[in-house]
Amino acid sequence: MQDSLVRLLQRSYAFDHRWKYEAATPGWSREIWAQFAEIGLLALPFTSESGGLDGTPVDTMIVMEQLGRHITLEPYLSTIVMAGGILRRAASTEQHESISTKVIDGSLIVSLAHTERGTFGSPSRVGTQAVRSGDLWQISGHKSCVLHGDSADLLIISARTSGAPSDAKGITLFAVDPRATNINIQSYALHDGQRASDIQINSVLVPHSALIGCVDDGFRILQSAEYETLAAVCAEAVGVMSELHQMTVDYLKQRKQFGVPIGNFQALQHRAADMYIALEQARSMAMYAAMMSQTDDKTAIAQAVSSAKVQIGRSAKLIGEEAVQMFGGIGVTMEFKAGHYFKKLTLLEQFLGHADHHLELLTSGPGLFELE
Amino acid sequence: MELQFNADEIAFREEVRAFIADNLTEEMKQGMLRGGYLIRDHVIEWQRILNKKGWGVPHWPVEWGGAGWSPIKQSIFTEELQLAPAPRPLSFSVYMVGPVIIEFGSEYQKKRFLPRIANSDDWWCQGFSEPDAGSDLASLKTNARREGDYYIVNGQKTWTSYAQYADWIFCLVRTDPTVKKQMGISFLLIDMKTPGITVRPIQTIDGGHEVNEVFFDNVKVPSENLVGEENKGWDYAKFLLSAERVNLARLGVSKERLQRARELAARTPYQGRPLLEHDGFRTKLAALEVELKALEITQLRVLSAEGQSHGAPDPASSILKVKGSELQQATSNLLVQILGPDALRRQDDAFDDWSSMITANYFNWRKVSIFGGSNEIQKTIIAKSILGL
Repeated sequence: MQDSLVRLLQRSYAFDHRWKYEAATPGWSREIWAQFAEIGLLALPFTSESGGLDGTPVDTMIVMEQLGRHITLEPYLSTIVMAGGILRRAASTEQHESISTKVIDGSLIVSLAHTERGTFGSPSRVGTQAVRSGDLWQISGHKSCVLHGDSADLLIISARTSGAPSDAKGITLFAVDPRATNINIQSYALHDGQRASDIQINSVLVPHSALIGCVDDGFRILQSAEYETLAAVCAEAVGVMSELHQMTVDYLKQRKQFGVPIGNFQALQHRAADMYIALEQARSMAMYAAMMSQTDDKTAIAQAVSSAKVQIGRSAKLIGEEAVQMFGGIGVTMEFKAGHYFKKLTLLEQFLGHADHHLELLTSGPGLFELE
Repeated sequence: MELQFNADEIAFREEVRAFIADNLTEEMKQGMLRGGYLIRDHVIEWQRILNKKGWGVPHWPVEWGGAGWSPIKQSIFTEELQLAPAPRPLSFSVYMVGPVIIEFGSEYQKKRFLPRIANSDDWWCQGFSEPDAGSDLASLKTNARREGDYYIVNGQKTWTSYAQYADWIFCLVRTDPTVKKQMGISFLLIDMKTPGITVRPIQTIDGGHEVNEVFFDNVKVPSENLVGEENKGWDYAKFLLSAERVNLARLGVSKERLQRARELAARTPYQGRPLLEHDGFRTKLAALEVELKALEITQLRVLSAEGQSHGAPDPASSILKVKGSELQQATSNLLVQILGPDALRRQDDAFDDWSSMITANYFNWRKVSIFGGSNEIQKTIIAKSILGL
């Protein structure tokens, strides 16, 4: 499958293709998505009982690195990893039949709507409310930066069903049709060209069967899906970094100033070497995060993904900024590839918490080496 | 040497502050807060306000409109403008071509151009870099062939900032291809309305349009627009590249960003309370302030040494360019870090105050370590001219 993916991306995801996908609605290619389904990419992390291929976090890592190399725009992370992560952990047999199978065959895009404005660093802070009356739940609230919210066929919305605004207990997940009346979706582009949405939910009614998982038990599921997503984001960033580093090295060999390739200057050679060291350190941590995600120790997983995100954040900043500097002017132009990889890295640095945030989480934990 | 401002300098700073407070419009200020781009009308209007006061070109000789200030006062003035923040002066006009014309231009050129530069009647752009002549600027290929009373110019310049607004461009052109590359370059002033000039915009990764390519196809330039002597252009270019030194560090830009970082962190919740209350963030802020303070003192030292010698620019001004650009970039990144998840989205109307431009500005500000002699070139200057390596 890795080979098919590499071939598919080489064939259909050249930089000028990417421009076309970004410019046309929905901001990514449905054709590519269908081909992802065909080669089994969408089925990969799902269990065989729900029609999947029983892929592991390490398999997801391999896929995400390839997607990162081409800075793809398709909703793989949002639908398959994030929303899929929720489904894998909490969906009922009926929901697997009605939702997961369609996700796997490529006909259903699902987005997770959890984050709200101003809740950075407080993942259990959910202001969106759901109140039960008989067999119906009435949901109201506001969600921010929902990835691919404008192309989603289904939203998984987190809402508070009991407890105080920041309690871990009392959050419930609901599958909601975004085309329901009383849902207002405002969409925009992120800096890497991906689409995202702010979603206003005004007294939307859903049946009890829309619940994913148990009442008040959503946070545990959200958190563990988030760890899986973090590991995937780290792998994606490694793909972006490898490609950008390779482009930079090629440029150093090719660009001539003062009569020689600029790669002849030792000052630049050492910096390219520093970038390479940063890349390999990041790769190690992305692998560590993926491998730890396969264990059952939740504290260890949390530490692994946070420490990976710290390393990824630092490496991404160094590689992104240094690449642009070595390319010089063309590194900051829209028509040239490198600047877009730099922007993608900046975005991935900030996504699901920057390095400072994850350092903060680590400092309140027991210390990485004390677990051993 | 003084490492602090004296009473006279402090009084001067108050005078500048008061003038800015009385004259800077809110619209101009918001324009500056939102982005790194020059807004044409604001630049022109503000330059005229300053010029009327006699502060349009304070670093020039008094006979051409200079204010007769010491380098320290000039830097106080520049910094106060940046802190306000007021529209940046068009450096290609007042810091680059103006001083070159004053030093090397003919009487005709001085009388014709200098008053118009001081009053922002002409907008100038800079034609130095070419696709294959970046850090190796002297290898430039755009050529000028003498024909009677004219030069015929052919070639291409690139990274030309604000060429879309320009009335004039000052260019380095090759007038003698047979000699060592630095020896065959001349400095020409070219009217942008001359037939044969084409400007093509270059879009940058933040989505903006600041830089351009400029093409010259048999462009006829009167020989009276040659600055100084033919084939001496490289000397004038070196003079020019060091002429902006009171403004190299752009301390005010970084200081103003740190002020805003505090303001933004005070209203940005993290883990349920303002980010500004978190030790980790305060440590980071303090560390940047220390670096900026060190640069401020270094700038004072470089400027006072220069004030005494009246000589050639100190190669130590390369420290100001390297560290100054690094700090402008570090402070622009700090703002991104404060935004956190809100840094992801592109600017849109729903989210329209200056904070929506923070990430775009971080992208755009990568340029400051590239343009005007990249930091690599500056470090080579330090290694060769100061360290003798």
